Amino acid sequence: MNLSFAITSLEQGLAFGIMALGVFISFRILDFADLTVDGSLPLGAAVSARLLTMGMNPFISLGAAIIAGGFAGAITGFLNTKLKIAPLLSGILTMTSLYSINLRVMGRPNIPLIGKDTIFSFIRDLGVPYPWNNLLLLILIIVAVKLVLDAFLNTQIGFALRATGDNPQMIRSMGISTNSMKMLGLIISNALVALSGALVGQYQGFADVNMGVGTIVAGLASVIIGEVVIGEKSIMIATIGVIIGSILYRFSISIALNLGLAASDLKLLTAILVIIFLSTPRIKKALR
Amino acid sequence: MLKVKNLEKIFYKGTPNENVAINKIDLTVNEGDFITIVGSNGAGKSTLLNSIAGVFPVENGTIILDNEDITKKSEYKCAQEIGRVFQNPLAGTSPEMTIEENLSLAISKSNNLSLKWGLSKHKREIMRKHLEKIDLGLEKRLTTKVKLLSGGQRQALTLLMATVANPRLLLLDEHTAALDPATAIKIKNLTAELVNENNITTLMITHNMEDAIKMGNRLIMMDGGQIIYDIKAEEKEELTIEKLLKMFEIKHGGKFNNDRMLLSV
Repeated sequence: MNLSFAITSLEQGLAFGIMALGVFISFRILDFADLTVDGSLPLGAAVSARLLTMGMNPFISLGAAIIAGGFAGAITGFLNTKLKIAPLLSGILTMTSLYSINLRVMGRPNIPLIGKDTIFSFIRDLGVPYPWNNLLLLILIIVAVKLVLDAFLNTQIGFALRATGDNPQMIRSMGISTNSMKMLGLIISNALVALSGALVGQYQGFADVNMGVGTIVAGLASVIIGEVVIGEKSIMIATIGVIIGSILYRFSISIALNLGLAASDLKLLTAILVIIFLSTPRIKKALR
Repeated sequence: MLKVKNLEKIFYKGTPNENVAINKIDLTVNEGDFITIVGSNGAGKSTLLNSIAGVFPVENGTIILDNEDITKKSEYKCAQEIGRVFQNPLAGTSPEMTIEENLSLAISKSNNLSLKWGLSKHKREIMRKHLEKIDLGLEKRLTTKVKLLSGGQRQALTLLMATVANPRLLLLDEHTAALDPATAIKIKNLTAELVNENNITTLMITHNMEDAIKMGNRLIMMDGGQIIYDIKAEEKEELTIEKLLKMFEIKHGGKFNNDRMLLSV
């Protein structure tokens, strides 16, 4: 693997790392396997790309993506908490609807951003050369997101959110609505995933309606790799783990590509990776 | 302070499995009452507590807590005024969170949730004080995850969490039934201590006749979804297990059939 491969993997790991933090919130904190992310990642990219083509400031377009993602999460939350549709199905329904919505937002299946002002070109124009502009910005953003998330999860509301996924009966006994907490968690989760989508879009230079396929599996892979490699002793350590997990995941994908695997094989590879990591504890137990 | 009027709860209404769990119950609980509730299997003890706690809607009747009609309030809203401890010692705490994080939720229960830090020096001091009272050494283990505690320790913590915000009402549903005998005694003593100290109005279901007689100032016996005896003060002090069983047989017209209860007699 040469240096440019390594840098690309690192950049992707950081950009998708924010998505992995979102999946961490739904999957680990809320115990809610939320498939909305396969739709909210391209939603973020779509919203941001469309606004860029309309000449909007690239940083503000990130804010718009965050809000759009939050809405997507709220819809899944509404389906689950108010209409009592099962978590998995709620996510699938939102994800499926988002496919059409993303096409509407973009107006076509693909928006190229070559030559458009992005947050990365903005930093480059300030005098930070490639690839440091990408790395610097992605690191700044993901560190900020991580710190804000850590802080939030240590507030009173954050405690309530964590307990909701852990023991909903307990949280009701404490006089807190589990429905509101689930709603809040899904909004935050999908807002982060959409932010990640917007970053990935600006980073790779295009938004595509199909770029979300397999997001949940990649997110799960990152979360689980992080838990195995870094651990989950505290929230602060767990979120570091998720980011490291995301980077390691992108590196393993790069290595697989370098070894001659076709890009089309990657989804299968990812799924197998997740299966292995998820089943490791059980296999270890069985072997004992 | 708690007035239950004409309460009726029917499960599977309108189906062949229809089951009248609570059959037009009236109950007035006075401020500071500590009521023990006994009764055979299916007498409606848990259903009564769950109805008061807003776990499910009731068919008929009203539940008034301190002049406020809480009949239609949802479970989590009722819980803002009512503390509860369940039979399952794992039900009342969040296993992946630390002791201090769990307690923090209980302490902030009376306030609205906010974006203030969940923990603070001041809060930890309050927690230590409370934990010292339950005398299990937990005050030195604030940052231990709750899943690492024993069932008895978790139930003690749950009891503390249920009482620390001074609820208007405390509902205990066989909260020592799943513990080993020695731990059960500890939790019972702790219950009496916490309830007396804070003068919390309490309803406690138990399958242990001796506890039902010894603890509290009032004893209610339920059967077939109704309250068949309501024994107060001096009358309660003269109760014995034999008397209580006899009283039951007179009203019920048959033997007491709570298997666990008979075993514990």
